Amino acid sequence: METLSFQFPAGQPAKGRALVGCVGSGDLEVLFEPGQAGTLAIEVVTSVNGSAPRWQLLFERMFREQQLPALNIAIHDFGATPGVVRLRLEQGLEELNHG
Amino acid sequence: MADQNIQRLLAQRSFTELGARQRARALLDAGSFRELLDPFARLMSPWLPRQGIVPQADDGVVVAKGLIDGAPAVVIAIEGAFQGGSLGEVGGAKIAGALELAAEDNRNGTPTRAVLLLETGGVRLQEANLGLAAIAEIQAAIVELRQYQPVIGLVAGPVGCFGGMSIAAGLCSYLLVTREARLGLNGPQVIEQEAGIDEYDSRDRPFIWGLTGGEQRHASGLVDGYVSDDVEAIRSELHGLFAKGKPAQERSRRHAWFLQRLRAVDTAVQADAAAVRSAYQGA
Repeated sequence: METLSFQFPAGQPAKGRALVGCVGSGDLEVLFEPGQAGTLAIEVVTSVNGSAPRWQLLFERMFREQQLPALNIAIHDFGATPGVVRLRLEQGLEELNHG
Repeated sequence: MADQNIQRLLAQRSFTELGARQRARALLDAGSFRELLDPFARLMSPWLPRQGIVPQADDGVVVAKGLIDGAPAVVIAIEGAFQGGSLGEVGGAKIAGALELAAEDNRNGTPTRAVLLLETGGVRLQEANLGLAAIAEIQAAIVELRQYQPVIGLVAGPVGCFGGMSIAAGLCSYLLVTREARLGLNGPQVIEQEAGIDEYDSRDRPFIWGLTGGEQRHASGLVDGYVSDDVEAIRSELHGLFAKGKPAQERSRRHAWFLQRLRAVDTAVQADAAAVRSAYQGA
């Protein structure tokens, strides 16, 4: 298990909170909360050691396409594949926008 | 006929496929769901990370207040997908605390009823003694609360209900199961390890469900209701039982009768489903 931190530029603080997923096999839990204006802060607790470069690439690719609101994102990962991670993040962002 | 079956299937909303939070929300009256100590409270297990295991923000237990059929209720749901629904210090304390508060509400004039959604292998081995202590507190709290209002346990599956929490299930005023449910003190793999594969093959699913599955437990008189895996069916079963009120005598108070039946069992003969049913029914 390891704990990783990431930061990316962002817009204004998000309006609400959202929770998606579960710390089950091959899945992850993601908590979204409003952050400090201009900053997207992500903390990942993952069961897979040595996965920092993979998370970095996944976030970079995802946030290149869209400017996100300022958020504090907490991830509890239980061995989710990058595809599942991306689906969960998209799901949470959708809930933030429409919740 | 085929058309009717398709319509019925389309109208059905599976309960077992829902997560713990969705289950609690589905059983409470629309719009009344209010979660206590939600995931953003971050009340997590302090013991799992020290053992290299990723924790969950709600420690796998959802406590929701609201209304059931218009009356105050607390629904407590265990998330089976997180660590097999195992109970540690935090999750166990959330359940015990919620039940104790419901009993206090009853004493203060708010007749609060409780539903336990049991999806658990029992104590979390990584938190052994603390989990066991918490389960003892849960059991005491069920016995306290059931004096005032029914405490209804539901084992929906797929995890089932085992270990100390199967005793908690046995203490409920009423217990409901689905076909997918299993209920037993020891899980199949534990029994296989102790008794040997010749006696108990944990990979033989028909055999396992035949002895510990929901249908068998209902036929043996160890649970009160056998419900289909459908949100509406489960809701209406709960409404019916709450309308009925407390049972005349809880199953756990009939222990003398059960012990007498169990003493009559010939353990030299390999038990099968029919033998177990007749042992409990006295037929």
